[in-house]
Amino acid sequence: MIRWHPNARRPLARQPLTLLGLAWLLVVGLITVLVPALTHTSPMATDPARTLEPPSADHPLGTDALGRDVLTRLAWGARWTLQMGLLGLTLSVGLGLPIGLVAGAFGGWVDTLLMRLMDALLAFPGLLLAMALIAVLGSGLAPVAVAVGFTASPAYARVARSAAREVRSETYVQASRAVGAGPGRILWRHILPNASPPLLAFAAVQLGWILLNGAALNFLGLGVPPGTPEWGAMLAEGRGFLRDAPWASAFPGLALTMTVLAANLVGDGVQELMRPR
Amino acid sequence: MTSAILRRVPQALCVVWLAATLAFAAMKLTPGDPAQALLAASGATPSEIAAERARLGLDDPVLVQYVRYLGELLRGNLGSSWLHGRPVSQMITERAGPTISLALAALTVGTALGVALGLVAAARQGTWLDTLVTGLAVTSLSIPVYWSGLLAILLFSLGLGWLPSSGEGDLRHLILPATVLGVASSGSIARLVRARMIEVLQAPYVTAARGRGLSGWHVLTAHVLRAALPSTVTVIALQLGFLLGGAVVTEAVFARRGLGQLALESIQWRDLPVVRGIIVFAAVAYMLTSLAADLVHAWLDPRLREDGLA
Repeated sequence: MIRWHPNARRPLARQPLTLLGLAWLLVVGLITVLVPALTHTSPMATDPARTLEPPSADHPLGTDALGRDVLTRLAWGARWTLQMGLLGLTLSVGLGLPIGLVAGAFGGWVDTLLMRLMDALLAFPGLLLAMALIAVLGSGLAPVAVAVGFTASPAYARVARSAAREVRSETYVQASRAVGAGPGRILWRHILPNASPPLLAFAAVQLGWILLNGAALNFLGLGVPPGTPEWGAMLAEGRGFLRDAPWASAFPGLALTMTVLAANLVGDGVQELMRPR
Repeated sequence: MTSAILRRVPQALCVVWLAATLAFAAMKLTPGDPAQALLAASGATPSEIAAERARLGLDDPVLVQYVRYLGELLRGNLGSSWLHGRPVSQMITERAGPTISLALAALTVGTALGVALGLVAAARQGTWLDTLVTGLAVTSLSIPVYWSGLLAILLFSLGLGWLPSSGEGDLRHLILPATVLGVASSGSIARLVRARMIEVLQAPYVTAARGRGLSGWHVLTAHVLRAALPSTVTVIALQLGFLLGGAVVTEAVFARRGLGQLALESIQWRDLPVVRGIIVFAAVAYMLTSLAADLVHAWLDPRLREDGLA
């Protein structure tokens, strides 16, 4: 259904970084599914005798201030973080895609109205808007995902609008209109498939943004309850013991950075696929 | 040029009005009674709470409240804090200093680094240097500042003892947070500068300048950078939104008592007038900056100077 450039300058096979990013996202995705089978201790299991231990054979990434195994919590954290990311992305695309497509495909006052509204939302600095939404929605993983996803949606609407505008005057759209296809059918069957490569690329970039800012809200203590093995929250908890146990905050940050980087690399790679040779 | 400004201003005002309206609507949609929130700690009786509701005008129709809100907003009045009873505008002015200095310092670091990296990558397009810079750029925009900030504290404060890890005040307190936030913003600036430069490098006048035998460096600085500069200003101004949001997290990491910390405290205490005030303040600041950037763009780009802004 998606139409790539038939003669891409750099096919996927010649983009090692994109493949690496895809592989990392796949690994994180697999961990979120398999984590109950992979770990033999609970991410919440404390051990007062072994707090702030450096990495060892027992605890490959050390233990935190309550003696919990950092690696186990990191693996469970993948589940929390990715859940938040995918929920946020679904909301962002679910709101931004229809708004942008309709604005771009119809133009005129519909376009002006919708895009002025999106501009107003974009006038708020992203993270601040998400924080304000948390004030309204309350704390927890779902509010964080909703706040970040909603904040990301105007940017998605903009990309969707320009993608729709680019194809709306193509001859196949005119031909379809000439044979009497309705606006819904034209949007769904012609504009969406042909506009989809940039939309896919931007979705990957937005996943990165959502992960980064959602975890930031958790880091600030506005999201998941204390003690939750979520990467941003783990970073915040480890911060008080930075001098004695840097591993408790360094590894969650590394995992988050690598996942965001993977999403951005995939986004860039997909964009490369659309560039003609 | 004048007509360009005149056309841009109502547009910006319209966006600010919409933003203020959204902030009002969000607060109205929040469950909970503000009068009760205000008096909760003092153990007020229901009749006292009802009196407070009447005093705050919360019993009036929503439309009346909305018009009054906009009127107050025009006079620079952002309401009073539920928690402290003080004017929100006063609280914002007190705490804006550390945030503005952080954002400006980070913008300087990010711009210097971003433009330099973008320039180098574009000049050496397709070489290993380009690959390296592009890789650094995407990495910099993927690293959370709350992680790089902690690593910087670990290395430069706890490890080497060169710089303080927290607080605000003199320049020494500004170096670490500004560098961390600046590096985070340099990635997107570098990418956009590189893309814009490569576009300009393909222009016929660049080929012509090369053909006249001008050195590569001269062509790059005198022709390419000059042509790429105006649109770069807009890109840099757009970074301000990112910087304001990033400043919130950076302030939390480095324990700076700025606007971000104020926002955080108000959200935790559900002090909604302060949250709304900060949001509206940020939207206005952002609109003013992008307006200023458009004007600088028009001033730098002679084509826009004559025709007005598109």
